[in-house]
Amino acid sequence: MKSRRISYRDAIREGLQEEMKRDKNVFIYGIDVADFKGIFGSTIGLKEEFGDRVFSTPLCEDSLVGFGLGAAVSGLKPINVHIRVDFLLLAMNQLANMVSSFHYGSGGKLKVPLVIRAIIGKGWGQAYQHSKSLQSYFAHLPGLKVVMPTTPHDAKGLLISAIRDENPVIVLEHRMLYDVVDKVDDENKLVPLGKANVLRRGGDITIVATSYMNVEAIHAANILKKRGISAEVVDARSIYPFDSETILKSVEKTGHVIVADYDWTFCGFSAEVAAIISEKSFSSLKSPVKRLGFAFAPAPCTRPLENLFYPNAEVIVRSVEEKLGLKSTNLKGEEFFTYENKFRGPF
Amino acid sequence: MTRKNLNLKLFEKAYLIRRAEEKIIEVYDSNEMKTPMHMSMGEEAIVSGVASALSGLDLLFGTYRSHGLYLARSGDTFRFFSEMFGRESGVVRGKGGSMHLSDPDRGLVATSAVVASTIPVAVGSAYALKKKGTRGVSAVFFGDGAIDEGSFWESLNMASLFKLPVLFVCEDNGFAVHTPPALRHGYKSISAIVSRFNCSVFSSTSTDAEVVFNLASRAKNAIFAKQTPAFIYLKYYRYLEHVGTHEDFSAGYRSQEEYQKWLKVDPLKILASKLKKLGVGKGELDKICKDIDLAVERSFKKARNSAFPNPAELYKNVFHEK
Ligand SMILES: Cc1ncc(C[n+]2csc(CCOP(=O)(O)OP(=O)(O)O)c2C)c(N)n1
Repeated sequence: MKSRRISYRDAIREGLQEEMKRDKNVFIYGIDVADFKGIFGSTIGLKEEFGDRVFSTPLCEDSLVGFGLGAAVSGLKPINVHIRVDFLLLAMNQLANMVSSFHYGSGGKLKVPLVIRAIIGKGWGQAYQHSKSLQSYFAHLPGLKVVMPTTPHDAKGLLISAIRDENPVIVLEHRMLYDVVDKVDDENKLVPLGKANVLRRGGDITIVATSYMNVEAIHAANILKKRGISAEVVDARSIYPFDSETILKSVEKTGHVIVADYDWTFCGFSAEVAAIISEKSFSSLKSPVKRLGFAFAPAPCTRPLENLFYPNAEVIVRSVEEKLGLKSTNLKGEEFFTYENKFRGPF
Repeated sequence: MTRKNLNLKLFEKAYLIRRAEEKIIEVYDSNEMKTPMHMSMGEEAIVSGVASALSGLDLLFGTYRSHGLYLARSGDTFRFFSEMFGRESGVVRGKGGSMHLSDPDRGLVATSAVVASTIPVAVGSAYALKKKGTRGVSAVFFGDGAIDEGSFWESLNMASLFKLPVLFVCEDNGFAVHTPPALRHGYKSISAIVSRFNCSVFSSTSTDAEVVFNLASRAKNAIFAKQTPAFIYLKYYRYLEHVGTHEDFSAGYRSQEEYQKWLKVDPLKILASKLKKLGVGKGELDKICKDIDLAVERSFKKARNSAFPNPAELYKNVFHEK
C-alpha cells in the first residue's frame, strides 16, 4: 500500500481538497476560513482553487450552523469550521434543537449531510474559553455523530467519511496535533465512522484514550514497557457511533482498564465508557475501571496550573502502577510535556 | 389568472384553514389531541396570500403557529389531523405534532417551536437554491417576537450580504405570548430598521388576502430583479389565546373591543364579500364551503380512527441509513 508521511494539518487540507474535487456540492464556510492563515493552515489554498466554494462569514455561530443545516437539506454538502470548539456553544440551539433532530422531525424525509469541524486545544495559556473539548455535549444528542482524530491518517480518513456521510458529523481536531507528521495511506484512506483503533497492542492493561490523550497514553506505554508491563492503547476515535466491541475485546483480554478522556470526567464520555464496560463485561474486570480527565476546574492560564489541569503520561503511569499493585517507577530522566514545549503562540 | 379565480383560490385556502381549526376546537377539550395548539385563526389572509404567490420551486419555513401555512400549501387535512391525533398517518408520523409540521415533498421544509430558529436555516436553503441555479425563493414565516432574537439579525445580515433569495415574512399579531412590543422593542419601527439592510421592505396592515398576494408577488419579483432578500411586514390579530383553543380576553392584557374591530375586517368576510362583487353567486360560494366542510369532516373522522405508530417507530430515522 502506498503511503506518505504528512502532517495532520496537511492531511486535513488534502481531505478537504480531494472531496471538493470529487463532489461539487461540497463547500467550506465559517469565520476566517478564507483568510491568509486559513484556520491554522488547514484551508490554505482552497479559496484559490475552488473560488466561492470557500468563504469567510460574519460572526454569528448559531446562524452559521443553521445556515449549514438549510444548505444541507437543500442538496449541498456544507463544511462549517470553528477555530475553537468553545464558540460552538453559541450554536447549541441549532445543534441541539435543529440539526440533531431534523431527520427525525421530517419523518425521515430530510437528509442533513453537514460537517462541522471544530478545533480543540490545550496548552500555551489558552485558559478557560479556548481549550474545551465538549465531545460529551455533542454525543449526548441523538442524531449527531462525533469523531476525534488523533493521527494524520485518521484526520484525513475520518474527515472524508464525515463529508460522505448523509448525517451531521462533528469533527473535533486537536490544535497540538496539527504539526504531527505521520504515515497516511493513499489507498484505504477512508476511516469508517464508528470504529475504534488499537494504536498499540498489549496484554496487561487497556488504556482507552481520546484525541490528544492517545499521545500521552503511548508515551506512558513506552515507559511501562521498560519495566515489562505491556499496555494496550485503544483510540476511541469515534465517540458516536461508539465501537464498544473493540474496547470490550481488549478489556476481556487484559481485565484492567483506564479511560483517559480528553475532557472532564464527571458526566462525561469516560463515565459512559466505564458504564458500558461494567454493563457488558463486568465479569472480565479484575479491578474497577479508572477514569482520567481534566481537573474539575475551568482551565487555568498559567503554565504550572495548566500542567496540573491536563493529565499526562506520568499520571497514566502512576495510575497503572496503582492498578496493578506495582512499586513506583523512577521517572527521573523521562521527558514530559514534549508537545507543549515545542509550541509557540501567538494563538 | 382572473381576479375572480385568484380570489376564489384565496378563499378556498382561507376557508379550509378556518374550518380545520374550528374542527380542532370542537374536540380539543376532550384531550384526544395531546399536542400544544398555537392556532392560526385571524392570520388566514397572510398564509393564503403568500402561499398563493409562491411556486412549487419555492421553499417554506414556519413556526409552531403553522397550521395555516401547512394547510395553505398542501390543501391536505387527513395527514394534518392525523398528526394532531398523533397517528402514524400524520404528516411526520405523529413525531412532530402541531408545532413541528414538516412536509419537504411539498416544499414546506420545516417549522420550529424555538422562536427564530428556522430563520438561518431558510437562509442556508436560499444559498443552496442560488448555487443550484433554481429560480426559487426560501420563504420564512415568523412573529414579531422572533425579531427580538439575535439569530433574526444574524440571518438578515447574512442574507443581505450574500444577496440571497430569502423572503422574510413577519406576521405581527401585536404580542409575543402576552407581551406587547412596547415592552420588548427599543425602537419604533421594524420595517424602518430592516430597510437599512440591503433588503427590499414591504408592509401592509390589510387583512385582504389579495393585497397580501400582490405584495408577496412584488416582493418575489424584487428578490430576482434586485438580487437582494425581501422582507414583508404584515399585521393580523390573533383571535384565540397564545396557546390553546379558547379566548382569553378576561385575562386583561387585551380588550374585547379591539377584537371586535378586527372581526369587522375578518379575512374570510372580506374575501366572501369581494367574491360577491366579482360575480360569484351565493349558491356557488355555499357549494365551495360545503365541499370543504365535507372533506374536513371525512378526513377528521378517518384520522381519528387511524392507528398509532408501532413501537419500532421510536428509533426510526434518528440517523439516515442507506
Ligand atoms: C427561543 C424561545 N424563547 C422563548 C420561547 C417561548 N415562546 C413561545 S412563543 C413566544 C412568543 C413569540 O411571539 P411571536 O414571535 O410574535 O409569535 P406569535 O406567537 O405571536 O405568533 C415565546 C416567547 C420559545 N418558544 N423560544
